[in-house]
Amino acid sequence: MSINIPTICLTSIGPLITLSVAGLLLLLIDAFSIKGAKKGYFHQFSLVAIIIGIIQTVFLWNRQGTDFSGMVYVDNYTSFFYMIFLIGTGISIILSVKYLEEYKKNYGEYYALMLFSAVGMMLMTAGSNLVTIFLGLEILSIPIYILAGMFREDVKSNEAALKYLLLGGFSSAFLLFGIAMLYGGTGTFSLAELAKNIQANGMNALTYLGLGLLIVGFGFKISLAPFHMWTPDVYEGAPTSITAFMSVGTKAAAFAAFLRVLMIVFPSVKMEWDMLLWVVAVATMTIGNLTALAQTNIKRMLAYSSIAHAGYILIGVIAGNQLGATGILYYLLAYTLMNLGAFGVIILVSRKKDNYLNIYDYSGLGFQYPALAAVMSVFMFALVGMPPTAGFLGKFYIFSAAVQAGYIWLVIIGVINSLISVYYYLRITVIMYMKPAEADLGPVETTPMVSATLILSALAVLLLGIFPGTIFNLALSSVKIFGS
Amino acid sequence: MNFPILSILILLPMVGVALIMMLNRENQWVIKGTAMAVAVLEFIISLSLWFRFDSNTAAMQFVEKSNWVPSFGISYYVGLDGISLLLVLLTTFITPICILACWEDIQDKVKEFMICLLFLETGMIGVFVSLDLFLFYVFWEIMLIPMYLLIGVWGNPARRIYAAVKFFIFTMVGSLLMLVAILVLYFYNYKVTGVYTFDLLKLYGLNIPFDMQFWMFLAFGLAFAIKVPMFPVHTWLPDAHTEAPTVGSVILAAVLLKMGTYGFLRFNMPLFPDAAWYFVPLFSILAVIGIVYGALVSLVQVDLKRLVAFSSVSHLGFVMLGLFSYTMSGVQGGIIQMINHGLSTGALFLIVGMVYERRHTRMIADFGGLSKVMPIFATIFMIVTLSSIGLPGLNGFVGEFLILLGAFKANPLYAIIAASGVIFAAAYMLWMFQRVMFGKVTNEKNQKLQDLSTREIVVLLPVLLFIVWIGVYPNTFLDKTKASTANFVSFMEKSKATKVAAADVIIKGDQR
Repeated sequence: MSINIPTICLTSIGPLITLSVAGLLLLLIDAFSIKGAKKGYFHQFSLVAIIIGIIQTVFLWNRQGTDFSGMVYVDNYTSFFYMIFLIGTGISIILSVKYLEEYKKNYGEYYALMLFSAVGMMLMTAGSNLVTIFLGLEILSIPIYILAGMFREDVKSNEAALKYLLLGGFSSAFLLFGIAMLYGGTGTFSLAELAKNIQANGMNALTYLGLGLLIVGFGFKISLAPFHMWTPDVYEGAPTSITAFMSVGTKAAAFAAFLRVLMIVFPSVKMEWDMLLWVVAVATMTIGNLTALAQTNIKRMLAYSSIAHAGYILIGVIAGNQLGATGILYYLLAYTLMNLGAFGVIILVSRKKDNYLNIYDYSGLGFQYPALAAVMSVFMFALVGMPPTAGFLGKFYIFSAAVQAGYIWLVIIGVINSLISVYYYLRITVIMYMKPAEADLGPVETTPMVSATLILSALAVLLLGIFPGTIFNLALSSVKIFGS
Repeated sequence: MNFPILSILILLPMVGVALIMMLNRENQWVIKGTAMAVAVLEFIISLSLWFRFDSNTAAMQFVEKSNWVPSFGISYYVGLDGISLLLVLLTTFITPICILACWEDIQDKVKEFMICLLFLETGMIGVFVSLDLFLFYVFWEIMLIPMYLLIGVWGNPARRIYAAVKFFIFTMVGSLLMLVAILVLYFYNYKVTGVYTFDLLKLYGLNIPFDMQFWMFLAFGLAFAIKVPMFPVHTWLPDAHTEAPTVGSVILAAVLLKMGTYGFLRFNMPLFPDAAWYFVPLFSILAVIGIVYGALVSLVQVDLKRLVAFSSVSHLGFVMLGLFSYTMSGVQGGIIQMINHGLSTGALFLIVGMVYERRHTRMIADFGGLSKVMPIFATIFMIVTLSSIGLPGLNGFVGEFLILLGAFKANPLYAIIAASGVIFAAAYMLWMFQRVMFGKVTNEKNQKLQDLSTREIVVLLPVLLFIVWIGVYPNTFLDKTKASTANFVSFMEKSKATKVAAADVIIKGDQR
């Protein structure tokens, strides 16, 4: 009897291994370090791991195929998303440090959990097998359940954690059930095999059910209407740094897997799901934007705005062409930068135990802290989608893809929604620049690292908007796997 | 010859912005001086456009083209023809005047104010010289931000935020739908020609089916009509004008409104000629309504600035009527009237601003008999008022006369009704002038008003020079635009002819 040992190349999942090892080491260091010792080096340690991960990802570029017996993809699509996750996690960690110190919660496990969660995101993107995708989803979610409840003395944080855990559990169950149905219908977990099977035999009752349940499961994570109910409460209650991380990372990871599954397994039955998603996209954008109009808590406002953005991105999925996929990648990168940037400003302004989260606390910021307000304005205009920012080009690519695919009404509804969003993003600049400071704002303290990160993010948002060519080509070569 | 003059014009104000950002905000004089120097330099550079411009050709001149996002067919493509030449010069001419005009007016946040002004100048020039639809859209949107800040931060405290947000949202309504139309056009072009491009000149020749033209004309038209502003979508204008600081109103009136009319001329009509013919009645009627309505509403205004704002609605109605006549004189008149309106209404806003600085009120009832106290001011105000009315010998007459000539050729009825707008204009302007300037000095506070300072005279004199110049010898300017206008008119005639020919074929086919 001979045993086939599959060839495994560990570098294929290099960034995942690096982050996992770094996370484990962090836990050990934290456990064995002397009590009361200064714990400032945790974030530096994590950042080093992330930088190593970025370097590894760069070397993964242009590799093609699968590894681990067809369990994970190694291609540009995964690499592009690895970059988004690593950048997103890195920025979130930088923004966390001071915030956690104010709460006296600067623990090692915080950073370890964040790294683990990032590993989950990557695994979810890389999964070429429904089981791997599910595994990724769980690795991504469980640390965030804990992180959302980090501030255990705070009722809202508890509420956020519990709500996210319960609804996250539901969504996992839906996804798992969908996977089971697909397995029942086709007898395989592998995306490639599934695609072949569906191409050859068409859909049957089980695969339909499976597709529907997958959409529900992913819909929860992406927070598409009507599965978005958890988002505002969780985003509001969770520590701001975690909200930032979650709004960007989880969404990008879920979109990465969702897009891959739809584009690889179900392209032949696009007629079956595009109308469904059409309705979902319209509902998501409209509910997100209309509700955001009425918010006065800035975290809640950005929570609803993130729902709306999920709707815009879904337009790219519905377009279902290469341009749409490229647009999604571009948009998610842009969204990572602008949303994290906005949350970074919120963390700075909110200060001592989130005292300043009302939007009117920003009045007078414009001329008291010109740089901070300018940076915030860049992020707000980018979220609106004004040129010349990355936010505009992201929307532009996605809308063009939809026009190309013939969904003109969807695009018109999309632009009307952007118009609605103008009002509440613009309100922040109105308050910052045009309203006199009602109460003394007091000192807004920052660290050089945070300032540098915010300024670099704002510059990146502008530069991506003015010179989009390079990133667009990278994204384009990432979605070559989907055919035309 | 390959000197990238248009790029320099676009970038120079941004260099100024960068310079001012580095200056200390305490040094107000240095900041103002830098802004002024940049604006004057910009004007001098733009003058060379005037002298090197070849008025015998309708082709684009000073063209620069380089790839921007090649995979998407987006290029940095700028150029100038007779139509945009005058508007670019108007922009570079008005900006230094504005900076000088707000020299003492703006004391608060001078640094940010100057940054906004120069940023705005970049956006405005960019809009007028872009020949790539994507580039155009970018500039079109960019210039919203500084204008929005100008109104919202330095405007009249009571309602500036309302006006600023209204301005922003109205403009966005139109421009977002225009974006959709741009994308539809782009992919239609790809379907027909197999090339991805936003190049405006390549898109001109497309034979778009009429039902597509219909919707795209409306989408583009809404964006531009809001900016003009045409009758039912004009409501943002009185608010924005009234609440904006003086300089904001001047730029808004002189340049920003022209983007709408320019957009019709450059994009709407040549891109969708069949729809452009089809919509002549609708837009002409709206223009005529605008003329009469704007004039009638001006009659009853009690606020000087609001009066001037509503008179803009009326004047811009003339421009639209001229453009939609598709005749040589109508379009020529429309273009020259754009410049005229920029000069006279700009000057009127400056004058109202000067009075406001002295008395901190804009109510007509608060004044009376100012001509005795401020003789120089009275003279200048009189000339500008007469120019706005359209007195022969001054610029307004030339524009309105040509427009009415063209409009009469196209449809006498519109021209006859529109001509009543001229009479109303005389009524509301002269009545306003009489109430403000003549009679006895009824209000004690008006007794000791200072006449214009040297700076203020310097601000107004260049405007007066052009008001008289255009009025006496308009050919200097009309010659520059002639070739482009002739090209435009013959293009529109040709498209009508082919449409008629096509209809003939169908009818004859039926008979057979």
